[in-house]
Amino acid sequence: MLRRLLTLLAVAFLGLAAAQSQIEIFSWWAGDEGPALEALIERYEEMYPGVEVINATVTGGSGVNARAVLKTRMLGGDPPDAFQVHAGQELIGTWVVADRMEDLTFLYEEMGWFEKYPQGLIEAMSTEDGIWSVPVNIHRSNVLWYVPANLEGWGITAPDSWAEFLTICPAIQAEGVTPLAVGENWTQQHLWESVALGVLGADDYDKLWTAELPFTDPKAMEVWDVFGEVLACTNDDAAGLSWQQATDMVVGGSAAFNIMGDWAAGYMSTTLGLEPGVGYGWAASPGTDGVFMWLSDAFGLPQGIQNRENTLNWLRLVGSAEGQDIFNPLKGSIAPHLESDLSLYNAYLQSTAADWQSNRVVGSLVHGAAAKEAFMSDFATVLEIYLATGSAMNAANAAQAIATQVGLGQ
Amino acid sequence: MTTWRRHRWVIYLLLAIASATFLLPVYLVVVTSLKAPADINLATTWSIPQAWHWKSFADAWVVFSPKLANSFTLTIVATIASALMGSMNGYVLSKWRFPGANVVFPLMLFGMFIPYQAILIPLFEFLRSVGLYGGLTGLILAHVVYGLPITTLIFRNYYAEIPDEMLEAGKIDGAGFFGLYGRIVFPLSLPGFVVVIIWQFTQIWNEFLFAVTLTSQESQPITVALAQLAGGEAVRWNLPMAGAIMAALPTLLVYILLGRYFVKGLLAGSVKG
Amino acid sequence: MKLTRDRWTAILMLLPSVVLIGVFVYGFIGQTAWTSFSDWGRVSSQALAVNPEIEMVGWQNYRDLFTGFIDVRFRQDLVNTFFFTIFFLAGCLGLGLGLAFLLDQDVKGEGFFRTLFLFPMSLSFVVTGTIWRWMLQPRGGVNVLPTTVGLPAWEFRWLTDRTQIWRFDWNALPGMTGLLVAAILLVVALSSWRGGRRLRAAVALASGVMLGAWALTLGRSVALLPFPELHGFNIAFVGIILAAVWQMSGYTMALYLAGLRGIPSELREAARVDGANEIQLYRHVVLPLLQPITLSAMIILGHISLKIFDLIFAMAGADNATTDVPALLMYLTAFRANQFSKGAAIAMVLLVMVAAVIVPYLWTSLRGETRR
Repeated sequence: MLRRLLTLLAVAFLGLAAAQSQIEIFSWWAGDEGPALEALIERYEEMYPGVEVINATVTGGSGVNARAVLKTRMLGGDPPDAFQVHAGQELIGTWVVADRMEDLTFLYEEMGWFEKYPQGLIEAMSTEDGIWSVPVNIHRSNVLWYVPANLEGWGITAPDSWAEFLTICPAIQAEGVTPLAVGENWTQQHLWESVALGVLGADDYDKLWTAELPFTDPKAMEVWDVFGEVLACTNDDAAGLSWQQATDMVVGGSAAFNIMGDWAAGYMSTTLGLEPGVGYGWAASPGTDGVFMWLSDAFGLPQGIQNRENTLNWLRLVGSAEGQDIFNPLKGSIAPHLESDLSLYNAYLQSTAADWQSNRVVGSLVHGAAAKEAFMSDFATVLEIYLATGSAMNAANAAQAIATQVGLGQ
Repeated sequence: MTTWRRHRWVIYLLLAIASATFLLPVYLVVVTSLKAPADINLATTWSIPQAWHWKSFADAWVVFSPKLANSFTLTIVATIASALMGSMNGYVLSKWRFPGANVVFPLMLFGMFIPYQAILIPLFEFLRSVGLYGGLTGLILAHVVYGLPITTLIFRNYYAEIPDEMLEAGKIDGAGFFGLYGRIVFPLSLPGFVVVIIWQFTQIWNEFLFAVTLTSQESQPITVALAQLAGGEAVRWNLPMAGAIMAALPTLLVYILLGRYFVKGLLAGSVKG
Repeated sequence: MKLTRDRWTAILMLLPSVVLIGVFVYGFIGQTAWTSFSDWGRVSSQALAVNPEIEMVGWQNYRDLFTGFIDVRFRQDLVNTFFFTIFFLAGCLGLGLGLAFLLDQDVKGEGFFRTLFLFPMSLSFVVTGTIWRWMLQPRGGVNVLPTTVGLPAWEFRWLTDRTQIWRFDWNALPGMTGLLVAAILLVVALSSWRGGRRLRAAVALASGVMLGAWALTLGRSVALLPFPELHGFNIAFVGIILAAVWQMSGYTMALYLAGLRGIPSELREAARVDGANEIQLYRHVVLPLLQPITLSAMIILGHISLKIFDLIFAMAGADNATTDVPALLMYLTAFRANQFSKGAAIAMVLLVMVAAVIVPYLWTSLRGETRR
């Protein structure tokens, strides 16, 4: 009774204080990725004029800094109203198991989204107990970038397999060019997952995350051997470079190739002003043609937030074809929503959208789609062990030990 | 002596080299902060900007001014509170020796040397449970408590110099605990306060670990904002450099204007009074 | 009667601070210790739960850190801290002493130079780190400095170099420690013998010999890990050491300068009258008098270097494994990977290391004070 009265009072108060109503949106979309978020926020402000939007961004690629800040805030009982998270296991394995999120099935029913998203994607975002996030974009992880004119000058083509890459590697080095540009720690993990997919193929790659294929299996160990050979073809100042700087090496002609998610296309088109297909070219990373390694940025509904209704409105916008078509052309990603208007997108994104429809899809490890975050955050250590010892056996043992400890695939 | 005299130019040469080395980073910061982002190029790091790009500071001001305000609030409140409490503690410990003081004092002192990681998780849990997590209040509380050992130490050593006879005389005049403090000790405390305030001001202003763990976006001080900006990617370096100057300026000014006392604080920090 | 009441007031006024420090320092350390023996965060579903289920697992976290397969990073971090501390101390003491000697030569503009060498002390480690991150860019900053006078640029990779030197097997650590302690005991034995304390010398000699024998025989077969694991000094730390020395050498300079000024001029004059030249004067008169200052500086700087966190965070980033230290790893383990119990265990190891440096120092300096 008292509670109802309080609620009534609160509602009345909120009505009066409507102008002070807020929503805090937490993300790691800073710098070049900022304009896409700002455009989406602008649309939100048009639709809900009384709501003050606080754009809280924490810089750092792939959310390396943001995740620490977010966790401290969630633990501290101060959750942001909406936070960016990688759809799939990153959200489920970290936040859903800890009972920090609300089930969004009701919102999917209300908005009729069950028919508007690919079935496989919805499954990846769900557990037995519900659906946990609304995806805003789809990125592809396994893309090889190059500058067509440069390749022609050196007399090479984009390799179809890692074996082929390793055979052309010495020739490129002979030109005084780095065959493959990589950057700081997480971009090396990013390279690893493309190597793993190329060496293992989609079926075995998936089995790694369901624990059907142990890391100590000879097939899985081969990934490390190939990875080691590929690393020998990379720049030696990698750890000091951001992913953009690694991309810059390719654009500037000091490196031939770079493997990065397709946010690199956004960077090259928007920030560097290059034309897709002319200024830069792309292919599936070696040995992964016909496979689309996906990752998706998403928003969920945290429990215990102050502005639940504002957040729900945000999710409604984020999940709509309209919202996604505002966001994605700027961000350099495609819309997961099936009614997205492809004519708004550039040549690269149209080709990716076609692949998204036709290809076999697998989840990304580094970007939270495939495996629990607990595994992923320790995977940096595995890479470190490999870099320090150069031993595939040590790396495989460490990976398996972590997989067992965190209960991978359960 | 004569050999030294003849070779005095060597001394000046060495000092000049050392000075140049110490100033190298300063030159780089100032130059970089005044370049337009497009002019910042790794190969021409050391050249003077072609045009003075004062806008860096305007841009940095937009990003950092709320954080500077946080830093000032935090630093001023925490400094004053810990200085006042330290003064009272120093007075008690130097003039009102009681049984057990020889145990209590070292135990208090130890608190200033501990790696704060060792109390970070419980501190975080505690502030959350009392609802102070994420705001400035919690951070201020932490700085006051963990500042107590050093302020107590400095005041205790400082008050030890006040002759006991002065207090005896005051007692004969009928002054009690507070009377002695208010009439005799406190009025003599000004230099002590200057040392303590300068020390605490620089310490709290510069602190990072508590700041990064205990604050949220709105309440973070400048050190956290700076580390996050510089740690991000595709950094336009003129901004963090301008931010670094803003973050450094308050403590730098305090140091240049009141350097004498700053050194005293440094020396006091090494325990022996 | 009145005095006693005042004394009670005094105790009462001290009480809030005592309680605060009791809870915030000792209570919290206790709680961290308790957490380090629990499994909080080992089970990922409990790590972030509102009311996590926590069980006690004894020494498991510590065992993992020192002998577990996955925690190789922590062990390298300990080695990093060890080397960092040595070079940081050597750099600060050497440079600080050198600058203090120069300034002690009655130079013009001494105040200016003193201010100049000390100003980095007033900066935040975060500011220093940000500046030096830019100074040490692999293809810019210090590396292109030679090009301003027409020389070829340096190629050193500073913070990202992966070279490791002075490598040793982690499994050899118990034996190495044993030998080191044995050596110290033998030195103690020798000096006690000279000082005429025969019994003490005999005990030290006997235990030193026994420990040495153990280290050379059984100690070699003690294996912490089932496989060899090499650790060493990461060259990438050179950049961090440079920045840290830049910031802190002014501190040792100030300490030494104060010490030099404290030496009575009569003492120097007396030595000169005895025919000592300037170098002899410094070696035999001045340096020995500065020894207590060296000790204090070593302890203050030593505990700073064990705790170093913000400088590396701002300079190399949290994820640069070659420049990692336990203080940073603790933050990442507890607050990003949410393995609170392991983070607490790292923090406790850190605390024990710092206490080993600080407690004897506090003990002796305060005991000396009460005697006085």
